[in-house]
Amino acid sequence: MSGLQILWFVILGVLLAGYAILDGFDLGVGVLHLFARGDRERRLTINSIGPLWDGNEVWLVTFGGALFAAFPEAYATILSAMYLPVIVLLFSLIGRAISIEFRSKRPSRAWRTYWDVSFSLSSAVVVLVFGVAAGNAIAGIPLDADAEYAGGLLDLFGVYPLTVGAFAVATAAMHGAIFLYLKTEGELQARVRGWMWRSFFVFLALYALTTGLTPVYAPHAFDNFEHWPAAWIVVALNVLAVANIPRAIHHGRPTYAFVSSCCTIAALVFLFGMALFPNLVVSSTDAPSLTVASAASSETTLKLMAYIAAIGAPLVMTYTGIVYWVFRGKVRLTKESY
Amino acid sequence: MELDVVLLSRLQFALTVMVHYLFPPLSIGLGAQMVMTEAIYLRTGDRRWESLARFWTRLFAVNFAVGVATGIVMEFEFGTNWATYSRFVGDVFGSALASEGIFAFFLESGFLAVLVFGWDRVGKRMHFFATLMVFLGSVFSSVWIVIANSWMHTPTGFHIVERGGGPRAEIVDFWAMVFNPSSMHRLGHVLLGAFILGAFFTMSICAFYVLRDRHQELARRGFKLGLAFAAVSSLLMLVSGHSQAVALAHNQPAKLAAFEGHFHTGEGATDLYVMGWPDEASETVSFGVAMPGMLSFLVYGDDTPVAGLDQTPPEDRPPVLVPFVTYHVMVGLGMGFIGLTLLGLFLWWRGQLFERRWLLWVFVGAVILPYVANQAGWVATEVGRQPWIVYGLLRTSDAVSRSVPGEQVLGSIALFSFIYLALMALWVFVMNEKIKHGPDEPPAEEAGPKGERGSLLDAASGLAEPSRGLMSEDEP
Ligand code: HDD
Ligand code: HEM
Ligand code: HEM
Repeated sequence: MSGLQILWFVILGVLLAGYAILDGFDLGVGVLHLFARGDRERRLTINSIGPLWDGNEVWLVTFGGALFAAFPEAYATILSAMYLPVIVLLFSLIGRAISIEFRSKRPSRAWRTYWDVSFSLSSAVVVLVFGVAAGNAIAGIPLDADAEYAGGLLDLFGVYPLTVGAFAVATAAMHGAIFLYLKTEGELQARVRGWMWRSFFVFLALYALTTGLTPVYAPHAFDNFEHWPAAWIVVALNVLAVANIPRAIHHGRPTYAFVSSCCTIAALVFLFGMALFPNLVVSSTDAPSLTVASAASSETTLKLMAYIAAIGAPLVMTYTGIVYWVFRGKVRLTKESY
Repeated sequence: MELDVVLLSRLQFALTVMVHYLFPPLSIGLGAQMVMTEAIYLRTGDRRWESLARFWTRLFAVNFAVGVATGIVMEFEFGTNWATYSRFVGDVFGSALASEGIFAFFLESGFLAVLVFGWDRVGKRMHFFATLMVFLGSVFSSVWIVIANSWMHTPTGFHIVERGGGPRAEIVDFWAMVFNPSSMHRLGHVLLGAFILGAFFTMSICAFYVLRDRHQELARRGFKLGLAFAAVSSLLMLVSGHSQAVALAHNQPAKLAAFEGHFHTGEGATDLYVMGWPDEASETVSFGVAMPGMLSFLVYGDDTPVAGLDQTPPEDRPPVLVPFVTYHVMVGLGMGFIGLTLLGLFLWWRGQLFERRWLLWVFVGAVILPYVANQAGWVATEVGRQPWIVYGLLRTSDAVSRSVPGEQVLGSIALFSFIYLALMALWVFVMNEKIKHGPDEPPAEEAGPKGERGSLLDAASGLAEPSRGLMSEDEP
């Protein structure tokens, strides 16, 4: 395993964390959307993410491109193994984009209700599929000697992946609720407070459940902690971040709560990486797993891509900064809003 | 029954990429129109141009959203359906795709927010900058994706190694990959195709308003801008298309032969079919109208014979009928655009442009044609590459995912067809609503004296229309 290969494993982790944090809140807002009452509130929830969701989704696209470039074998195996779930994911991403875009284009009640439901449902399915994928990645999937998927469709929906899926939905909902709290005011905000609390407790319960199931379904997930005991620090920080969420909410400091939930998600992605490394696709059969070393592109490509990433990263930070700055503050409905 | 996964995957890819490619060229082309419109507004300070720019932005946003939604499918489809291909090309192809994400999509989608929602939040210079960045982003994305695709037609800058149970293409020279023999030709061609579409799109809407006597002032200006741009792009297209064909004769002779229905090499100068219907079984072209010696003249400038399909081993020959027809449709339409736009320019010069109502009606409908030409161009190129997915290196039939059962691909095609039909219907519906609604007239005191009639009429009819008068807050 070369240094560049490890670097790319880390960069993918950063992209994934960026995606989970940023798209996480707008997916979470989607999951909660149907709880908003009446047309005005629903427009407010949609417009709270209106200018941001599209840019957030680019993190996923870039993650996909980077995975393809740095670890083509893993890109090929994962996507073809999870064929139908990925297709469902893509449909849901389409459904979401379209719902946001088209919802407020007509005054009709039925039209709007339809898109509201579609927005909420597709957001939930997107997160669910990501969670199921993560669960499968940790627990392992059946591979054959050519590193092709050897299982069937139903093998992907075990207890563990489904639990991780539910956990992901709860995490997004909590994260989205805190974001929405920051963006709203008045009566809607008062109710969002309730959503925040409830989703937090669901999140906590599912977190505990997932943690409890992991040693049963994926005992190898803890191997790395033996090699690098320092990683326990991240676990400790994660616990602190989680604990800080209710504290910050309670003290009326939603910004801290949001920062904490961002840190929580980052820590979860880190733990996910710890559970995988040095594998990219864990094999549950006798065939070897796809590892960082065996799935990687050539050193030339990895080096080249590292330059590209080094040039691109500051640019991306700048655009993201500008957009979040221009659209800071509470949501307002204007002529241009959805 | 054993389902043919290769055929199904090809169908699915063709379906999804062709639907995707309905939207990007408009995003690019309309983006170009918006940049120009806003630049004129900045220079002249005339609010009418601002109204027009705002109006284009609203249409742009709808189109862009659908483009993004269908594009994400493409990004992952290489892995879902073409896993073997992905393993083979990942090292080379992946870097172009990742660059697209980093350099293009972040730029586009970031500034899109400012472009669409920022009219009253940022200054007009900053807004113009955002428009420019979105346009540049969409151009960059075409740069990277066309480079990736061109590499599949004319691969360079790589070597083949054995790894993980099969051959893999690995990059040795990044710049040779980027500037492969067809990438720059094709990039220019694709961008011009998008510009033509964008210009015809704005002309179609403006012509409609002129005919209906709505927004006269805005519409006439918008139309002239589109017309000038379309004329230039169409003329350049001829140059670009010609250079493509010449390059093709060297890089992919079998494809050019398929385009031209040129089965037998023969001696002396090769003819060029202006139209016809090739028959692959008998290797002849029926109903052909040919210009003697023209193909040789265009490619070599003299009467050197151009290689026919018989120079390629039978198992490596592309199909002929589809490339032939689509190629001829594209070229025919390209000539048509030149004719139509030059006629428009001529009448403009004579000061009669807006008096020929029939011509305006032609322009209203003509927006379909660049769509057809763009699709036809891609179908010709991609089918003409067959049976190769990466020319000369990997066959399409060897490229599919081995672990995906045919039923699942069939199922996903069914779902895609359904969703995409709904998507296109929605696109048409919402665009139509927005076009019926039309641009908001600039504040009356600032509009020129001639603008008044149109804007008063419009204000009145706007109030009478409930969807506008009452629900205007809901109109993004
Ligand atoms: C000539 C230009 C062109 C071509 C040939 C393609 N695209 Fe595209 N694509 C664009 C030009 C574009 C664009 C102009 O940048 C889009 C389209 C609509 C849009 O509004 O942005 C876009 C959107 C778009 C997105 C969403 C980006 C986002 O989230 O902002 C993805 C992931 C792709 N495309 C990927 C692909 C792939 C994998 C293709 C090849 C099979 C492809 N595109 C062909
Ligand atoms: C956006 C415009 C494009 C259109 C309309 C288009 C059209 C098509 C069509 C019709 C096919 C099926 C050909 C056949 O099976 O005989 C095809 C195949 C394919 N094209 Fe394209 N293409 C486009 C762009 C691209 C780009 C940019 C890439 C790569 C970056 C690409 C990669 C492929 C691949 C991998 C296949 C599958 C192999 C195959 O089915 O032959 N295409 N395309
Ligand atoms: C005016 C005459 C034209 C000629 C001689 C011409 C020629 C060509 C040739 C030779 C190719 C194949 C390139 C390759 O496979 O490497 C091509 C592809 C293509 N053409 Fe045209 N073309 C013309 C007009 C147009 C017009 C008007 C449009 C659209 C508005 C268009 C859109 C396309 C597209 C999208 C492709 C596929 C992408 C590519 O390979 O560049 N073409 N054209």
